Amino acid sequence: MSAAKIDLEAVGVAKRYGEFAAVDDLSFTVQRGSFFSILGPSGCGKTTLLRMVAGFIQPDAGEIRIGGKPMNGVPPNQRPVNMVFQHLALFPMMNVGDNVGYGLARRGLPVDEIKRRVGEMLERVSLPGTQGKRVDQLSGGQKQRVAIARSLVLEPTLLLLDEPLGALDLKLREHMKIELKQLQAAFGTTFVYITHDQSEALVLSDHVAVMNHGRFEQLGTPQALYYEPHTPFVAGFVGANNRLVGKAVGVQGDIVQVTTATGLTLHARAAHGHAPIKAGDAVEAFVRPEVARLARTATEFIATGMPHFNGMVESLLFDGANSAVLLREKTSGVEFRIALPQTGQFADLRAGEDVVFGFDPQRAVCFAAPAQAHAG
Amino acid sequence: MLAEGAPRSHMARLLGMLLLAPALLWLLGLIILPHAELAVLSLRARVAPRVYEPSFAQYLTFIEEPLYWRTFVRTAVMSLIATAITLLMAFPIAWTIAKIARGRAKALLFVLCLIPFWVSETVRTLGWMILLRESGVLPGILVWLGVTPAPVEMLYHDATILVGLVYTSMLFMVIPLIGALESLDDSLVEAAYDLGGNGWSILRHIIIPHAAPGMAAGCIVVFMLTLGNYLTPTLLGGKNSLWFTEQIYTQFITRFNWEQGAAFGFLLLALSTGLVWLGLKLSGQKFGEVMQRS
Repeated sequence: MSAAKIDLEAVGVAKRYGEFAAVDDLSFTVQRGSFFSILGPSGCGKTTLLRMVAGFIQPDAGEIRIGGKPMNGVPPNQRPVNMVFQHLALFPMMNVGDNVGYGLARRGLPVDEIKRRVGEMLERVSLPGTQGKRVDQLSGGQKQRVAIARSLVLEPTLLLLDEPLGALDLKLREHMKIELKQLQAAFGTTFVYITHDQSEALVLSDHVAVMNHGRFEQLGTPQALYYEPHTPFVAGFVGANNRLVGKAVGVQGDIVQVTTATGLTLHARAAHGHAPIKAGDAVEAFVRPEVARLARTATEFIATGMPHFNGMVESLLFDGANSAVLLREKTSGVEFRIALPQTGQFADLRAGEDVVFGFDPQRAVCFAAPAQAHAG
Repeated sequence: MLAEGAPRSHMARLLGMLLLAPALLWLLGLIILPHAELAVLSLRARVAPRVYEPSFAQYLTFIEEPLYWRTFVRTAVMSLIATAITLLMAFPIAWTIAKIARGRAKALLFVLCLIPFWVSETVRTLGWMILLRESGVLPGILVWLGVTPAPVEMLYHDATILVGLVYTSMLFMVIPLIGALESLDDSLVEAAYDLGGNGWSILRHIIIPHAAPGMAAGCIVVFMLTLGNYLTPTLLGGKNSLWFTEQIYTQFITRFNWEQGAAFGFLLLALSTGLVWLGLKLSGQKFGEVMQRS
C-alpha cells in the first residue's frame, strides 16, 4: 500500500470567505488509479475544495500537489487536471468531434493527429463515428460520455467530477453510475468525485471522505463508513439510521446501556477510537433499519437472549426491496424505522398491528454526544 | 367535441386578426403605401409641367453624376466603420455588465448606458458641438495643456462624424450583446479554460460563436440607424459630411425634385438590404435567429 503512487495530495489547505471557513485546514492523499469521492451536504465546502484542485480558486493556506508537483499559482489551463462539470458544459457551438478535440487543438497538435485521437477516444467510450453529431442530438448518457472523453483524451493525472449525475432522472442516474465505474476501471485514471448522494459515493468509490463544515469527518472505504462510523455525523449521513439521544446508565466492556429521555433502555456498542464512555455521559446511539429484526412474537428473541421491545406499526413504507416499517415503541413512544425482510413474511403487516423487534447491541453504535450539540 | 371546437377556433382566429389589425394597418399605411408611391415616383420623369412619363432617368442621373454615387459609397463605408467601432467598444461594456458586474453595480452600469438617451439626439449632438468647436471645451483644454499653440477646430472632420455616430448607436449595440452574453453559461468558459484554452482562444471559439446572433443583431440595427442618420452627420460634419440622406433631403426639400429623391431613397433601401444580406451571409447567421435576439 505504501508503495502506491500519490496523484493528489493536500497539505493544510484552507479557504475562508470572511468569517466562514469553506475549507478548514484539510490534509489528505489520493492514490493513483483510485476512485475517490468527497461526500457531504450542500454548503459543506466540497465544491470549493474541488475548484481549488482544478485551479479556479486559490487556497488561502496550504498546498495542493498533483502528481507530486506543487500547484499553487498554476492556472487551470496548465494543470494536469480536467473537470467534468455539473451540467457537463459541452460546447453547443461545436459538434462532438470538435468538443473532444478542443483540448488537443489548444495544445497545438496537428489536425490529423487530433482526428485520430478523437476517433480512438470516442471508440473507447462506445460512441464511434459520432464526431459530426451536434451536442443536442445526444442523449443524457451520451453527453456524459462525451464530457468524460473530452477530458480523458488529454490524459490528465486527475479527473474531477462535480456531481455530474445530479441533473439526471433516477433511472438514468442508476445506469450512469454503473457506466462511470466501468469507465474508471477501463481507463485507470484517478477520479475525484464530489456528491451529496451517499448511494453514488458508496457504489462508485474506493475511498470516500465525508465532509462537513469544511472538514473531513471521516475518510475510509465505503464499508468502513457504513459499519464503523467515527462520528455521529457520519453515522447519520451515510445510510439510513435511527438516532436515539440519551444518557449512558451503565457500561459493560464495550457495550453501553443507554436510557432515552422517555425511558427507553437499549444497549449499543461504544464507537471505536473515542475516549471511553462513562456512566452518566450524554450519548447518541444509532441503529440501522436493516440491523433490527422484526417478529410477531417474542419467542425467537427470548430463545437467543437478544434484547427486544414491543412496538405498534405506525405506517408501512413500501419501496420494493427497500421497504420499511415505521413503528412506535409501546412504553416510551420512541419512533423506529425497521427494514422489512425480503422473505415476504410480513407482506400482510398492517398499520396498528403489534409487533416485537430487537437488534444485536454489537451492531448498534453509540457515541458520546458532542459538546457543541448541547450548546447549539 | 368537434362541433363545439369549430366555432371556438373560428372566434379565436377572428380575435387574432383583430389583435393584429393595428400592426397590419401600420405596416400598410406607413410602410407599404408610401413605398409604393415612392416607387412610382422614382420611375417617372417630368417632360413638361405636370406631364410625366415612365423613365429610368432618375437612376441614370445617379450613375452619371459622380457626386451622387461617391456620396453613396462614402456613406456606406463610413457606416460600416462606425458599426465596427461600435461593436468593438460595446463588447467590453456588454461583457462587464453581463458577466462581471453583480447586483447594484450591474444596474448602475446599465443606467449609465441608458442615461444619454433620455436627452433628444439633437441636444446630444449639440453637446458634442459645444465640446469640439474651435472655441469649445476640448480645444481650450488642449491649449491650456500646451498641446496645441492655438485652438483647433475639431468639428467638420470625418472622425467627428464617426464619434457622433458611435455615441448615438452605442446603446443599440450594448443591449443585444448583453442579452447574448448573459445567456452564455459561465461553466462553458470555465470548461474551455480547464481544457487548456487561453483568453484569446476562448473568445474566438466559445464566446464569439455563442454571441454571434446578438452581435449580428446589434450590427444590423446600428448599421441601419447610421446609414439613415441625418442629424448627426449634418451637424458634426457640416458641409463636408456628404451623407447620402442629405442628398435625399436636398432633392425633396430644396430642389422639389421628388422623383430624384424617391430614386435615392430606393437606392439607400437597396444598399442597406444588400449589405445586411451580405453581412449575414459572410458571418453564417440566419436572419430569423438574429432577429429573435434583437
